[in-house]
Amino acid sequence: MARTLSLPSKSKKTAAKKVARPAAPKVATKKATPKPAQAAAKPVKKAPSKVLAPKAAPKKAAASKGKAAASTTGIAAPAKVASLDFSKSPFNASLKPAQKVGFLREMLRIRRFEQQALKYYNQGIMGGFLHLYNGQESVAVGTASLMNGHDEIITAYRDHGHALAVGMGMNECMAELFGKGTGCSKGKGGSMHFFAPDKHYWGGHGIVAGQTPLGLGLAFAIKYKKINGCAVAFLGDGAVNQGVFSECLNMAALWDLPIVYVIENNGYSMGTSLERSSAVNGSLAKRAEGFCVEWATCGGFDLYELRANLGAAMERARKESKPMVLEVSTYRYYGHSVADANAKKYRSPEEIERYKTEYDPITIWQNQLLKEKVVTQAQIEKIDAEAKAEAAAAAEFGISSPWPTEESIFEDIYHEVDHKTEAGQTGRFFFSE
Amino acid sequence: MPVITYRQALNDAFAEELTRDENVFLMGEEVAQYNGAYKVTEGLWERFGSKRVIDTPISEAAFLGLGVGAAMMGLRPVVELMFWSFAYVGFDQIINNAGCIRYMSGGLINVPMVVRGPANGGTNVGATHSHTPENFLANTPGLKVVCPATPYDAKGLMIASIRDNDTVCFMENTLLYGDLGEVPDGAYTIPLGVAEVKREGIDVSLIAHGRAVLTCLAAAEILAAEHGIEAEVVDLRSIRPLDEETILNSVAKTHRAVLVDENKPFCGVSSQIAALLAEHAFDDLDAPVLRVTALDAPAIYSMPLEKLQLPDAQAVVAKVLSSF
Ligand SMILES: Cc1ncc(C[n+]2csc(CCOP(=O)(O)OP(=O)(O)O)c2C)c(N)n1
Ligand SMILES: [Mg+2]
Repeated sequence: MARTLSLPSKSKKTAAKKVARPAAPKVATKKATPKPAQAAAKPVKKAPSKVLAPKAAPKKAAASKGKAAASTTGIAAPAKVASLDFSKSPFNASLKPAQKVGFLREMLRIRRFEQQALKYYNQGIMGGFLHLYNGQESVAVGTASLMNGHDEIITAYRDHGHALAVGMGMNECMAELFGKGTGCSKGKGGSMHFFAPDKHYWGGHGIVAGQTPLGLGLAFAIKYKKINGCAVAFLGDGAVNQGVFSECLNMAALWDLPIVYVIENNGYSMGTSLERSSAVNGSLAKRAEGFCVEWATCGGFDLYELRANLGAAMERARKESKPMVLEVSTYRYYGHSVADANAKKYRSPEEIERYKTEYDPITIWQNQLLKEKVVTQAQIEKIDAEAKAEAAAAAEFGISSPWPTEESIFEDIYHEVDHKTEAGQTGRFFFSE
Repeated sequence: MPVITYRQALNDAFAEELTRDENVFLMGEEVAQYNGAYKVTEGLWERFGSKRVIDTPISEAAFLGLGVGAAMMGLRPVVELMFWSFAYVGFDQIINNAGCIRYMSGGLINVPMVVRGPANGGTNVGATHSHTPENFLANTPGLKVVCPATPYDAKGLMIASIRDNDTVCFMENTLLYGDLGEVPDGAYTIPLGVAEVKREGIDVSLIAHGRAVLTCLAAAEILAAEHGIEAEVVDLRSIRPLDEETILNSVAKTHRAVLVDENKPFCGVSSQIAALLAEHAFDDLDAPVLRVTALDAPAIYSMPLEKLQLPDAQAVVAKVLSSF
């Protein structure tokens, strides 16, 4: 039941033999303790290079040492929340109850938003692809909660969660999914392309790893403009295998750019398990070592753990202008996109169920807050009901909004044309009659 | 004759060639165990095994380049791009390596590779996933570019492409994968560079490739039924090599040409055909060459608007009528 082996039954000869790595963690079995060792959130120092004095590891990350982190391959078996107390980390200790409840609200809003979208997608009212973030909400919410007002973030096509977490409205997002003129991109981008530069959110990118050099550019600009911030660029466990990401790591280290690459390791790139797509020695993040970039891994299911580790990484990026790779273990409940008909073939239904029941970030956080007595069950239910109502209203808004105008097809292509500047008036720009 | 889908026709072509030539192998993201993102390679991994049908990481530049290198050694890689749009991260391998190595080695090295996958708009997946790069691939001497419109052509052209000793960029269409058509069992080839007149006519030549051919056929029916105009539909089938003779013969007969192209208008495939007609059919033409192309904007996501971006039969009919 190790996830490495949960391949289509037809895999016969190939699957088990060639695919399974000897060290595959039996994530399914609770007792399989992924070596807490070095792979844990302790950032590994890279060879001291002239540029980078091997400073002390971010204190925060050090605190998470010993935590069940991303194991040799695949997703970390998320250690039970209790195994190490991240609530005392400096990034968490000062959280006010209202903030904690706010995180819960944000996660529930994302979940309910997507479930609402799914309903209409399945009815054929939405087009294109719909990549759901269900199961991963803690990562976006945790990240947004750490942004200091000057930090910038960017992600891939699984972008609804990040969008809502940074404060984009459900209405504009839902309208975008419906392809309406009231959408955040005026119906031009669709599900994979949400943007809100005013909220320091730079998309929403459909080409795998295409956002990784853009993130580098955000970091470059932050440094160039002497802004007290950092860039956070998200990518998947499959995206690490795009060449451009390696190029980014080199340049990030070479130029001391303040960027945190967050690998949202959900174990699969489409139907391909991590073991079948990546050569790994301990973790994907460890690849950073070869580029003199510090790295760490952590679980993404518990907001405290995520905030402790990512907070430290972002702090370091801001203060020292240094890059870091943080691999976060997480899990997506639905298929790669809703159109992924094989979602339960390349992984077992039991595996999905197990993550839903044992590692759901929302449930974990709810339980935590109940335990801390900062919220009651009744309040949770109210928050959830509000999130559902908000999502339903957003769908209404999306459905009743007008389509973009036909003329808008030729708007938003050239700034100079849109603004009728002088530069927009010389020469012919468009070649349809 | 069996009636099968465009998807199955391609699948049959792969099966034939995998069986016939042990140097043929398929490679790409999700082509093996997942059976292909669009199920074009369904069942082939199970049948031919992991040596011949290979899943890759999401590393287009690397596996396209690997394909070039393996082809240099005499293998015949058939490399799937989940979308042709994703070729852009590996363009260097296609243009600089696959496209130039034969020339730069003075003919010492051949690159018998097929790069294939869907290249089309019309599915509301946004600008980055809707590219139709046949024009800029065909802009590279050394590369061949093929765009089949029907299941029959898909199979015959694919087998010819796999047996071809140069790199062939083979452009499919997600909107055509489910289309049915008569396709013979067994292997057959359609030579690259041979267009086909898909419908005979005397009044106007509609010249197209890929899905636009079907648009032209639909338009031709309307023109005949409602306007008494008999349009001839020329399916280019391959963009490079280009069958200039068939195009010129058709225009010499009809004296009118309307080019229909899901490619963009600027330096698109239709521009090349228009140049050809200006150079060699000037005296045959009774009216200016007209074009119906994809609108010259990035592909919009919004469903009803994206429909407006691509040529449809009504637009073709209107354009033809304007030429009389
Ligand atoms: C260059 C490129 N190649 C292929 C694709 C198709 N594709 C989209 S997402 C994806 C899988 C990515 O997996 P991962 O990076 O793990 O992210 P996840 O979907 O799990 O969030 C693939 C193959 C693409 N969009 N861009
Ligand atoms: Mg993944």
